[in-house]
Amino acid sequence: MSKFKKKKGGDLPAVNTASLPDIVFMLLFFFMVATVMRENTLLIENKLPSADQIEKLEKKDLVMYIYAGKPSANYQSQYGTEARIQLNDKFADVSEIAAFIAAERASKREELVPFLTTSLKVDKDANMGLVGDIKQELRKVNALKINYAAIQGDVSKNKKN
Amino acid sequence: MAKRAAPEVNAGSMADIAFLLLIFFLVTTTMEKDSGISRKLPPIEESEEDVIIKQKNIFTVLINGKDQLLVEDELMELKNLRAAAVEFLDNGGDGTCNYCKGAKNPSSSDNPDKAIISLKNERETSYAQYISVQNELVGAYNVLRNRRALELGPQKGFRDMNFIEMQNNYKDVKWSGNKEKLAEVIEQIKVEYPQKLSEVQEQ
Repeated sequence: MSKFKKKKGGDLPAVNTASLPDIVFMLLFFFMVATVMRENTLLIENKLPSADQIEKLEKKDLVMYIYAGKPSANYQSQYGTEARIQLNDKFADVSEIAAFIAAERASKREELVPFLTTSLKVDKDANMGLVGDIKQELRKVNALKINYAAIQGDVSKNKKN
Repeated sequence: MAKRAAPEVNAGSMADIAFLLLIFFLVTTTMEKDSGISRKLPPIEESEEDVIIKQKNIFTVLINGKDQLLVEDELMELKNLRAAAVEFLDNGGDGTCNYCKGAKNPSSSDNPDKAIISLKNERETSYAQYISVQNELVGAYNVLRNRRALELGPQKGFRDMNFIEMQNNYKDVKWSGNKEKLAEVIEQIKVEYPQKLSEVQEQ
């Protein structure tokens, strides 16, 4: 009887998976840090126009969002297809912007209020009449810093097909 | 009684738990990037005093309801707008602007400080077209500012840096350079080519 047992047939040794949790945790932390939870559920179509002279918005907590565009398919039977404004989670009228801005300002520390920027996320198929009304309303409440949200790209993509 | 070792916790399912969380975050993640064209709205002024501006110092851009572009009362294609705006801003008609390289046409703008671009639109104008025009006009200012930055930079020790890069570097915390000096240069360029873009509110 030999002291050394012969190795069993060519069975592959199992891969050690002990470090798998570590890898997964690493990925998990990355996504946890990078995640921005969507604040608003969009009720409207929101395809932003393209532009190539855009600047990044720096302080995300100092931005107020006003969405506009035509209601998305599920809401069209109720609200029609004309472009509308969305504030927070619901459709709004132009006259409600003043109250919205006031509420946003009240929720921020007083010394930060002058730095608040309004980001206009308007669908590219909307017309300027609506945007003009929003702008006029913002002027009335003295929220003058605005940002027309756009995505990086050539302006030729804005043409209607 | 013999000391018993604490039983080891089975960590085999840890990976599963982590995976579950991972998948949740993967699904909810929206890598949102907020960027756009920043503008400042004019404040509402009570006194309706009209400031008299010479016609030659105003560059009128009208976008009509059919998204056509009317620049200085003439139809223009969007792709030609940037060059036309640059020509207007950089004209330097009264000769006080020593960094301008324009045609010095006496019937166009006096200097970049006086030159105003007036953007007008109708209610039916599409937002996409409006943003395209805004983009081209901001682009025109950036062309001039970039050019000026490349001229001015080397004198102040910022070689091969255009205006956009200067601004990015100024914001970049990792950039190792003299930020105070850079801020001065940026400020000077902004004064030399001020962005005077007025949006006419039609009533």
